[in-house]
Amino acid sequence: MSKILQVKDLELSFHTFAGEVKAIRGVNFDLNKGETLAIVGESGSGKSVTTKSIMRLLPESSSEFKNGEILFDGKDLTKLPEREMQKIRGKDISMIFQDPMTSLNPTMTIGKQIMEPILKHQKVSKAKARKVAIELLNMVGIPNAENRYKMYPHQFSGGQRQRIVIATALACNPQILIADEPTTALDVTIQAQILELMKDIQKKIDTSIIFITHDLGVVANVADRVAVMYGGMIVEIGTVDEIFYNPQHPYTWGLLSSMPSMDVNEEKLYAIPGTPPDLLNPPKGDAFALRSEYALKIDMEQPPPFFRVSDTHYAATWLLHPQAPQVEPPSGIIERMRTFPGSRYYEATGGRA
Amino acid sequence: MVKYVGKRIIYMFITMFLIATATFFLMQTLPGSPISSYNKLNDNQKAIVEKKYGIDKPKPVQYAIYMKNLAKGDLGTSFAFKGKSVNDLLASRIKPSFILGAQAMVFGTIIGILLGMIAALKQNTFWDYGSTFFAILGISIPSFVFATLLQYFVASQWHLLPVGLWNDGWKSSILPSIALAMGPLALSARFIRTEMIEVMGSDYITLAKAKGANGFEIAFKHAFRNALIPLITVLGPVAAGLVTGSLVVEQIFAIPGIGEQFVSSIMVNDFATIMGTTLFFSAFLIVVIFIVDILYGVIDPRIRLSGGKA
Amino acid sequence: MKKDIEKLPQDQFERIEIDSSHAERIEKPSLSFWQDAWLRLRKNKAAIVSMVVLVLLVIMALVGPHLNGHDGAAQNLRHANLPPKMPGIEKLGIMDGVGNLSGEKVDLYAMKKVDEYYWFGTDGLGRDLFTRLWEGTQISLLIAFVAALIDLVIGVLYGGISGYFGGRTDDVMQRIVEILIGIPTLIVVILMIMVMEPGIGAIIIAISITGWIGMSRIVRAQILKYKNQEFVLAARTLGTNDSRIIGKHLMPNVLGIIVINTMFTIPNAIFFEAFLSFIGIGLQPPAASLGTLINDGFKVMEFQPYVLLFPCIVISVLMIAFNLIGDGLRDALDPKMKD
Ligand SMILES: Nc1ncnc2c1ncn2[C@@H]1O[C@H](COP(=O)(O)OP(=O)(O)O)[C@@H](O)[C@H]1O
Ligand SMILES: [Mg+2]
Repeated sequence: MSKILQVKDLELSFHTFAGEVKAIRGVNFDLNKGETLAIVGESGSGKSVTTKSIMRLLPESSSEFKNGEILFDGKDLTKLPEREMQKIRGKDISMIFQDPMTSLNPTMTIGKQIMEPILKHQKVSKAKARKVAIELLNMVGIPNAENRYKMYPHQFSGGQRQRIVIATALACNPQILIADEPTTALDVTIQAQILELMKDIQKKIDTSIIFITHDLGVVANVADRVAVMYGGMIVEIGTVDEIFYNPQHPYTWGLLSSMPSMDVNEEKLYAIPGTPPDLLNPPKGDAFALRSEYALKIDMEQPPPFFRVSDTHYAATWLLHPQAPQVEPPSGIIERMRTFPGSRYYEATGGRA
Repeated sequence: MVKYVGKRIIYMFITMFLIATATFFLMQTLPGSPISSYNKLNDNQKAIVEKKYGIDKPKPVQYAIYMKNLAKGDLGTSFAFKGKSVNDLLASRIKPSFILGAQAMVFGTIIGILLGMIAALKQNTFWDYGSTFFAILGISIPSFVFATLLQYFVASQWHLLPVGLWNDGWKSSILPSIALAMGPLALSARFIRTEMIEVMGSDYITLAKAKGANGFEIAFKHAFRNALIPLITVLGPVAAGLVTGSLVVEQIFAIPGIGEQFVSSIMVNDFATIMGTTLFFSAFLIVVIFIVDILYGVIDPRIRLSGGKA
Repeated sequence: MKKDIEKLPQDQFERIEIDSSHAERIEKPSLSFWQDAWLRLRKNKAAIVSMVVLVLLVIMALVGPHLNGHDGAAQNLRHANLPPKMPGIEKLGIMDGVGNLSGEKVDLYAMKKVDEYYWFGTDGLGRDLFTRLWEGTQISLLIAFVAALIDLVIGVLYGGISGYFGGRTDDVMQRIVEILIGIPTLIVVILMIMVMEPGIGAIIIAISITGWIGMSRIVRAQILKYKNQEFVLAARTLGTNDSRIIGKHLMPNVLGIIVINTMFTIPNAIFFEAFLSFIGIGLQPPAASLGTLINDGFKVMEFQPYVLLFPCIVISVLMIAFNLIGDGLRDALDPKMKD
């Protein structure tokens, strides 16, 4: 598997009237070719800022890269001149946003909006671009595209608009597609359709996808790997199975426990206590410790490094330090771990059998 | 949409009717009589004049006649201008007012849009502060202050342009047009700046950026049109400002327009002309606001189908 | 990720109890609405400078007429049409009493053997323009403040009642507003002023008669926005009476927008007063307001431009200051405009 994108020690701040907001405080991850990486975390954890900084879409006047690099195609995107960035955006890396109701230009026909990146990045005639646009619309499931590509966004429903945005993002066969909560603003049934569409597309064209969501339920369906974000950092990263069935970080435990379950006899819905950290004055140790019932003394003083769980699975919690006491995860988590070979609660006889 | 337009038209007529009625009865309570300027007349002659203008009849009858004529578009007869009809008076004076208003409007709006765009695209730079300050001056400084200063410096002191009157072709219209243009200029500069900044922060602009569009394409292909459409809504206040401004500016530059005539008819208690001009101005402003609302509904695809914004 | 696991003191790994209420206290050092607004406003230099300038102008309007010992109403034809002359500044070659006399520059004070200083000169009746300027400013400000106050009271009451009670009350009240809003302000103001006895009262009434409509619409919109929010519903469920809900729960939230709007109604009133006085149907002589002073100055600007200049400067600065403060407040109080 080749790495198509590498984010290393990324730190980014916003300068606001109230002070410096340390929105990204050291993010590391790689994206492999053809895979879907999900980034999950509560809202405000820095998911959008992370991906927008890859695309360099943050306001230049108020945001500042403090450290780290974003390697794509042999180039460090944090240092690329704006002009070069424009050649990458929409061509090699493209993006889908959360709210389809506001992501399309209301005074431009959708056809024009889909054709825009094609005409921008590829040397093709208008007629050819139009043909591609109509093909794309057909592919994302907009019926009667030949006639409808001349219409304005308000003439489409929310789900259709998101399909149009997806078509726009795919127009130049990007190597990376970033989807920032693409289904959050949609009805549940439409959500499922859009997810289905994204899976389809990935099968058809060999794109790597970064899929952002705050809803773990969505993740299991679409992702190959999962990165869990908290307070501007990735706190745990691993394959879907590792995150779902052998989670190590108390925050991941909390997220999994607060996931609504189909299981009727499960106890009442769990919510993680407290609020996300104040990024104006981030805590000096483990940012989650103040909300965690598993906090250690050291969490208050020193941020935890990443501990290796397996070759693909890392977590930043002092609980994984050999000197740390063994703690008992919530019962629901133990339940999950029982089914995962290699976890300390694995029951070879029970579990999946 | 049809229902909305119908409702608006009915409101327009109610408003005009109320203004006409209110104007008529307010005029009756005015101190002094419309023919008090004719004081050389003896009682007998006065009676003849009063009969001629129909002001010997009881008030309700006068009102009925007035409204009946009004329905036919007849604004009555001026007292001060030797029996000329108010319609003719207005017609003879509309051209200078129209030219000044149109020039001020076009000039002011274009410069205003430019300033607003510059300010928004160069937010928090010298350009922004400069054009914002200019807009604040335009909004704050009353048109008559600006007009008198222009007249004093540009015309009286530097002799660059005529001091006033309407007898030097286009040159005569420059200073009064500039004085009137300050309002539209400032209003549109401010409006476009705010609107552009808001549009530039919207999701579809971020998406356009994410598609690889450059700064120019974003500002002009995507943002400008969306910022420009709502500018139609300032047309109402702009028109009101132009009418207000025309009263003083035409007086300062001695322009034979409707505004100047209105002010002088107030000075001589010329009821019929005051009423006629009042109705004319009101109708103009009401129609402008009506057109603005309808236009806004037609142009903007976001609200075109939902049937107006009300 | 590849960091070696280092050996740490074992006591560091003791488990600790976290009180989660404690966590929330530390994590939310949020500012109150007004503190937040003040922080923003303080950063707006234009607004702060404008406030200082405005305070200075108000002080001058109050004490200015008594500063140089001249009476603004006293006519003295021997001292008519004197140009400005100010001690100290006269040495700089401006405001030194030199004026135009049939095209020649002469020291009119010396010529007319006047020993007193008239800082801003005198008018054709020999009245001291400095004193009259500040008297005029005083009247203009008085008219503007009273008119704005009336707008505020009527507008808030009308909009508040209409929005709070809703239903039929709101329907009827809004139909009335819809018709009134169609009548151009200028027309109403001029008609009203014509039928009343000229004077300060007439001008105030003329300006206020439709001035409150804008305020009422804004207040109504805000009330509608807040009245169904949880804290209000909660208060109502607890049996709080209407006036208390309005005063305690709604008004504090609507206050910001009322303050902003008032900051724009004041300059508007200043403008209309000056406008009416300038075209000659506002204040009547010998009363002075900024409008009448500008009108006087306009008539003689060819030969005594200083008569026009000073009131023009004062009204412009006043209007700019109010507008900048209004803008600053709007940016500071409107949470939508966050950076
Ligand atoms: N333009 C900005 N200026 C200041 N702070 C910002 C800006 N954008 C995001 N932030 C802050 O960065 C943090 C992360 O935000 P974001 O990435 O949007 O979270 P999410 O995980 O919900 O996508 C939040 O605390 C947010 O307040
Ligand atoms: Mg987000």
